[in-house]
Amino acid sequence: MLEVERINSFYGKAHVLRDLSLSVPKSNVVALLGRNGAGKTTTLKSIMQLVRPTTGSITFQGRSIAGSQPHKVAKLGLGYVPEERRIFTDLTVAENLLVGKQPPREGAVTWSEDMLFDLFPNLAERRNNRGKALSGGEQQMLTIARTLMGNPSFVLLDEPSEGVAPVIVEQMARVIQQLKSEGLTVLLSEQNLHFAQAVADLVVIIESGVQVYNGTLAELNSHPEIRDAYLAA
Amino acid sequence: MEFFVAQILTGLANASSLFLVACGLSLIFGVTRIVNFAHGSLYMLGAYIGYSLMQVLPGGVGFWGSIILAGVAVGIIGVLIEMLVLRPVYRAPELFQLVATFGVILVIQDLTLIIWGPEDLLGPRAPGLRGVFRIMGEPIPKYDIVLLVITPFVALGLWYLITQTRLGVLVRAATQDREMVGALGVNQVWLFTGVFALGSALAGLGGALQLPKGGADLLMDFNILAPVFVVVVIGGMGSLPGAYLAAIIISVLNVFGVTYLPQSTLVLMFIVMIVVLMIRPYGLFGREEVAGEHGQVGEPEDPIKPASSRARLIIALGIAALAFLPLYGSSFSQVLATDVMIFCLFAASLHFLLGLGGLVSFGHAAYYGGGAYVAALLVTHLNSSMEIAFMLAPIGAGLAALAIGWVCLRLTGVYFAMLTLAFAQLLWSLVFQWGDVTGGDDGLVNIWPSDWLNETTVYFYFTMLFAIGGILVLRHIAHSPFGYALRAARDSKRQAETMGIDTHKVQLLAFGFAGLMGGLAGALFVFSKGSVFPNELEIARSFDALIVVFLGGVKTLAGGVVGAGFFKGIEETLTRFEYWRLVMGLLIIGVVILAPNGIVGSLRKFVRRLRGVSEGEGA
Repeated sequence: MLEVERINSFYGKAHVLRDLSLSVPKSNVVALLGRNGAGKTTTLKSIMQLVRPTTGSITFQGRSIAGSQPHKVAKLGLGYVPEERRIFTDLTVAENLLVGKQPPREGAVTWSEDMLFDLFPNLAERRNNRGKALSGGEQQMLTIARTLMGNPSFVLLDEPSEGVAPVIVEQMARVIQQLKSEGLTVLLSEQNLHFAQAVADLVVIIESGVQVYNGTLAELNSHPEIRDAYLAA
Repeated sequence: MEFFVAQILTGLANASSLFLVACGLSLIFGVTRIVNFAHGSLYMLGAYIGYSLMQVLPGGVGFWGSIILAGVAVGIIGVLIEMLVLRPVYRAPELFQLVATFGVILVIQDLTLIIWGPEDLLGPRAPGLRGVFRIMGEPIPKYDIVLLVITPFVALGLWYLITQTRLGVLVRAATQDREMVGALGVNQVWLFTGVFALGSALAGLGGALQLPKGGADLLMDFNILAPVFVVVVIGGMGSLPGAYLAAIIISVLNVFGVTYLPQSTLVLMFIVMIVVLMIRPYGLFGREEVAGEHGQVGEPEDPIKPASSRARLIIALGIAALAFLPLYGSSFSQVLATDVMIFCLFAASLHFLLGLGGLVSFGHAAYYGGGAYVAALLVTHLNSSMEIAFMLAPIGAGLAALAIGWVCLRLTGVYFAMLTLAFAQLLWSLVFQWGDVTGGDDGLVNIWPSDWLNETTVYFYFTMLFAIGGILVLRHIAHSPFGYALRAARDSKRQAETMGIDTHKVQLLAFGFAGLMGGLAGALFVFSKGSVFPNELEIARSFDALIVVFLGGVKTLAGGVVGAGFFKGIEETLTRFEYWRLVMGLLIIGVVILAPNGIVGSLRKFVRRLRGVSEGEGA
């Protein structure tokens, strides 16, 4: 569904991604693993065109999206959930959802505010609270809910388990499993291997912007030496 | 009591236009992060277009229709400006966008002059609203009452749009994090254009609405800027209720000022502003600006290197060529070279603040003109000798800069910039209004240097000594530990502080020093011309310096000097034409779009490409 081929991305003069390739099949959850600074966030941003890769190709559902505008990428059905949450803190929960709202899309679930409140019951009672009044976990849920309002067929999830309570991490894992069962495709960046274990089908590991492992979760589990070499304990 | 109420009502009526213009400005800034300097020009266009429409459309319907149509027309002009000038530079550094809007100001000034001529236009009275209402026995113009009633409804309408519609939600979301809004599938380009149209239309409405009270003239564009900036700063950037409340405070205060202390009206406005900022640094309803938090930061700056031996040779040759100018150049060329050197020093002092300190001062003319006035006042009123006056001028300007810097440095970013402009305008209005001492619009004349200097060639060398000396001192400081500390405070205030740098002190000293050097340039200026007028203090002069620094290139040390030479050269050529502002404006816009690194920066890039190396030499 998504093919990334040999992209190179820079921050200023820093070469962050080096000939990175990866592929995400439809209705799979792919976990992008790697240490802090390995280039996970940059990979997701490059797909979203928030960072422009200088070379390489990115195709989504057979269409090239490299060089496109982020809003056009989003319109194709790619949803982006940023790492730092980036909710609109001065807007209420309902208003945050309204910003993400997009017309229904064929082949994807059409989300409504109520459906999202069923998925994230904590948000329902916070409907009219401003973003800045929410807890970290609630903010993380709101970021995901806001992206789902765009009825994406594919979601880029940047470290959803980072900095939230274990109880929320578990809830997040359940949500991702549910989304997957509804046919959503997910590319998830993670440092938390346990979280990835709970949701992922396939695993890609990167180190210094280079792909060092690509395979199923089961294979990775049978090669602990890879895990030890490239992932934090 | 009756009189008191009447004063308040008049103030409320006056607040109307101010509010409209201010909330247009703050709306545009919120979403696009551009301080639209041309906002005053849009206000002026609203007045002129409204005037012309009122000549054609008859009666009450015609009058009010003209006002609305003027708003619509200015909104369309705003869209054109956004699409043609700003779209190409959204990705450029923020400051470049400002320079582009200066260009727009110049273009609109001359276009207005061409279309409507130089005479002030007396605004038509609103049909059916010619007389006065008696309120508690006091006469209040009927039009004032209408304005006073309309404004809250306009404010309410805007409030509804911003808080209750999806467009408003998107605008508020984009104000906080426009990249994220884009990533959620919203096309920012059209959001920007829409907001620009709305903000411009509000400015146009403001201009047309005040026609019966103030008419239309060619100074409206700059005259509205300082009060609007003050309103935005007091109210808090991006806050509608804040803008409304601040507009009322300023306008009511102004009415009382006119009655009780006619020479202090503008000063009063600033005192209120300072008090508000002491208590609430981000205005009554504002919040801290966190521009640059998400995807706003440009590429890291190249470190400034000491000049290479070749660059030193070129500089030395240039100075030598200049030193021998009296041998081969005419007397006129020496006068011109004197002007250019003075301007170079002025620009270099701003560049020091802006490039090294990252402190964008919009009001640097305060110190240039301030220095000139200190010297002129000493000579005129105390009969001081030229030498004493010349020495005290930079000191006076430096002290003024320290005082103003102390207030302004409480703020950062755009608030800081607006405040510096507002202070410069305060100084200008003091000089302008306090005619007994400063000569007002007639300026101060007969400020000649002592006999030993009173000769073109001698003064040329005198200027050369101080201007080039000053520039070299500025350069030297850039490479000194103080320069490092200043740049550290610019790049990462917090990190600099953890290393033990008192960033506030460093920046304040830099501000004072830049003011001192600006004052030195002003002192050189006043004795070279023998007179000084308030226009040395006005916004346009501050803009000249800013344009020069940007034209030259902010990130290069030589930028200020090269830009100044270029600018003076062009000005000298262009001012021979009647509509030189138009050409200058278009030129500025062209440079901004085509050479976003400035002259020196672009040349360097070009040279690098020629050489095919990635690292260039410092200049």
